[in-house]
Amino acid sequence: MLYSPLWKRLLILALCAWGIVASLPNLFYTQVEAHNDATTAIAANAGVATPEQTADLAKWPSFLPSALVNLGLDLRGGAHLLAEVQVADVYAQRIDSLWPDVRDALRDVRDQVGAVRRMPSVPGVLRVSVGNADGMAVAVAKVQALASPVVSLTGVGQKDLEVTTEGQEIVVQLSEPERVATDTRTMQQSLEIIRRRVDAVGTREPTIQREGTDRILIQVPGLGSAAELKAIIGTTAKLTFNTVVGRTTNPAADPGPRNSLLASSDEKDVYYIVADEPVVSGEELTDAQPSFDQNSRPAVSFKFNVSGARKFGEYTSANIGQPFAIVLDDKVISAPTIQSAIQGGSGIITGNFTLEESTNLAVLLRAGALPAKMNFLEERTIGPELGQDSIDAGKKAAVIGVVAVSLFMLASYGLFGLFANIALVINMALIFAVLSSIGGTLTLPGIAGIVLTIGMAVDANVLVYERIREELRVHKTTARAIEIGYERAMSAIVDANITTLITAAVLFFLGAGPVRGFAVTLGIGIITSVFTALLVTRLIISVWFNWRKPSEIVV
Amino acid sequence: MAWRLRLAPEKTNFDFFRHQWLTFGGSVLLMLAAFLFWGTEGLNYGIDFKGGTTLRTDSSQPIDVGAYRQAMNGLPVGDVVITEVFDPSFRADQHVAMIRLSSVEADQAVSETDLAAVKAALTNLDPAIKFVSEETVGPKVSGELVYTSILAMVVTSVGIMLYIWMRFEWQFALGGVLALLHDVFITVGIFAFFQIKFDLTIVAALLTILGYSINDTVVVFDRLRENLVKYKTMPLRDVMNLSVNETLSRTIMTSLTTLLAVGSMMVFGGDVIRGFSFAIFMGVLLGTYSSVYVAKNIVLMIGLDRSEKPKNGKPSDHEFANIDA
Repeated sequence: MLYSPLWKRLLILALCAWGIVASLPNLFYTQVEAHNDATTAIAANAGVATPEQTADLAKWPSFLPSALVNLGLDLRGGAHLLAEVQVADVYAQRIDSLWPDVRDALRDVRDQVGAVRRMPSVPGVLRVSVGNADGMAVAVAKVQALASPVVSLTGVGQKDLEVTTEGQEIVVQLSEPERVATDTRTMQQSLEIIRRRVDAVGTREPTIQREGTDRILIQVPGLGSAAELKAIIGTTAKLTFNTVVGRTTNPAADPGPRNSLLASSDEKDVYYIVADEPVVSGEELTDAQPSFDQNSRPAVSFKFNVSGARKFGEYTSANIGQPFAIVLDDKVISAPTIQSAIQGGSGIITGNFTLEESTNLAVLLRAGALPAKMNFLEERTIGPELGQDSIDAGKKAAVIGVVAVSLFMLASYGLFGLFANIALVINMALIFAVLSSIGGTLTLPGIAGIVLTIGMAVDANVLVYERIREELRVHKTTARAIEIGYERAMSAIVDANITTLITAAVLFFLGAGPVRGFAVTLGIGIITSVFTALLVTRLIISVWFNWRKPSEIVV
Repeated sequence: MAWRLRLAPEKTNFDFFRHQWLTFGGSVLLMLAAFLFWGTEGLNYGIDFKGGTTLRTDSSQPIDVGAYRQAMNGLPVGDVVITEVFDPSFRADQHVAMIRLSSVEADQAVSETDLAAVKAALTNLDPAIKFVSEETVGPKVSGELVYTSILAMVVTSVGIMLYIWMRFEWQFALGGVLALLHDVFITVGIFAFFQIKFDLTIVAALLTILGYSINDTVVVFDRLRENLVKYKTMPLRDVMNLSVNETLSRTIMTSLTTLLAVGSMMVFGGDVIRGFSFAIFMGVLLGTYSSVYVAKNIVLMIGLDRSEKPKNGKPSDHEFANIDA
């Protein structure tokens, strides 16, 4: 009667037991979280624990599982940014840095090509006019020789530069495969630098991931606001040390060729004319720390690597008495006069910093400059109070939902309703167990998904029970009716759930953020509910049936 | 016999086609009305789809929408929409408002400095005010979200249609998916009629409706398939009535348990998720209705090939031939 092999029963029981144990930590969320934080803190500190950490560690026994469901930003509160990296900036930088090479290459064949001049053009495109039209072919060949093979899997055998001619002008730009390769590099660098910057601020489990071709999604739970996050990651932090050509108060002053007019960051209406070619740049920094200058004002001390230190030393010894500019993101932070040669490669940047600014600047300099600027397409800040309110409301709704559905099932199917309710509770445990162990994120729509699952989970049981009722009406023996009930209801249950699973899959692949969280809980809920409603209730019924051996049943 | 709550009599024998011009025709009319509201009133798009900024404020002081508006007068912001939010879960002294801002230039998000000015003006008006959430979506993203949402709808419908075609017959697939669209469009129509905020989570809700509603329809179809094999000579219309009657008790039970759960989410789940819960609630109601009154009517209109004669010498390949049941 209703026989199923022992291994199958044991497997079902083991899964249920795992579900209950693995979902348990979520009931004691704050304790387990404190325990987990203490564990990581102690591990990071080479096993040495403070008394508070030991106390936190004792809040949850370590033999029990401690994986928790991650709470989404809408529940925990925090900042969310969607940034678009201006990948084309990098093309422009590459092409600009190409000009000196092109000039030098053409200088070698000056007698054939005549005078060369850089013509104005859109960013990312270099236009060079050639004085002698007959020498065009020679000039193009010379420029083409500057190209090198593309370093990427798809661009094998192709050159990184595309050289064409337009009348008297040679047009140089990056080739298509090189652009793709450059984009990939830019995105990887940006991700890495953002990660370093966010980690330096030290918050819990930030999400930093690439979205599509040129976007980065950054979610930092527990951070006050998106504006704060933007201040950390939105600055390019491109630091250079440049020669000062002049100082002016005229914002429209002509800086002259290969110089730029840059505003001072703290003096109003003061502009510096600085050389475009930097003496040393921030890439050659090995360290930056917040510190104080002789007058105890906040400053940032820095250290160069060997080549940076040499260049800086040579420059300062050759230019004693001259000012030089410290430029950050196209603004002159300060322009001190070189008092003496600075050997050894360390120095200090002073400006009108607050303590917070100097600390931030040090973080930014240590993490390195972003390869390109970013635009922010989406900014969201969710306060922790709102998140907590949502959790509370969600919990309340879920509990009321479970109780109402359970009572309803009990009233409709009596003992069999009770069996379905046991399966429902196990189903809830399994959803949380799976979510915790795959490191899933619970969002507010995700909670709604679970509540919806409560309603739909009993559907499989309703289908089976209704079928058993029908079979009982046509005078089948009780055990046979139960068996046939399960069998015949099967196809409807499978079809119905697979169609819902299709929906969950589409939501997962096309949805973003909280919607994706909903898709995950809905999908998990469908799978676990089929398991509990079919296998678990069947096991309970067969145990009950073999124990009581009822001659007739009422469903 | 132990007492049981019975929502439907043990054996029913309703003719679900008797008033089909009323029920089916009503559905068609409702769909037309939904399109009409959608077209004329339009949907009250949230910033996910329109771009812009929303602020959620929370204060212990009562909210005076007029004063809020006054405070923002003269600030460099475009359209301002202020809605006070009420929810049974709020504390007695908790007053919440949602403020939607768009910049002076259309379709631009409010700049950070302008937003700071707005916040300062409101704090000046009510020192107890707190800004519990702030969201800004740029026009570029919002355009893409519209596209992705429509794509998601289409992909889901096609996926479901293919699956049902595979498991049943193409007539069922068509009937099922048309019934789904009926549920979704009427729900959208309700959102247009009441001007409820339509954002990304509502799209998720509509997709969930697709999943739920087809679930209901499939159960009826499954029984229909079984009965078509069992009663080979009974007219299609009668087999359909029989199938719906046989599954009626289950249909009502499941709808009620789902409505209980979703209803509890709608009442107690907080205002942030209310639109979402409401959409699913309406969808479940409509889905139940459409699986009884819409889906199979379409199958009946198209008609089914129930012949067992081999066509053109080839053995019949439809689902109801050659089944040994």
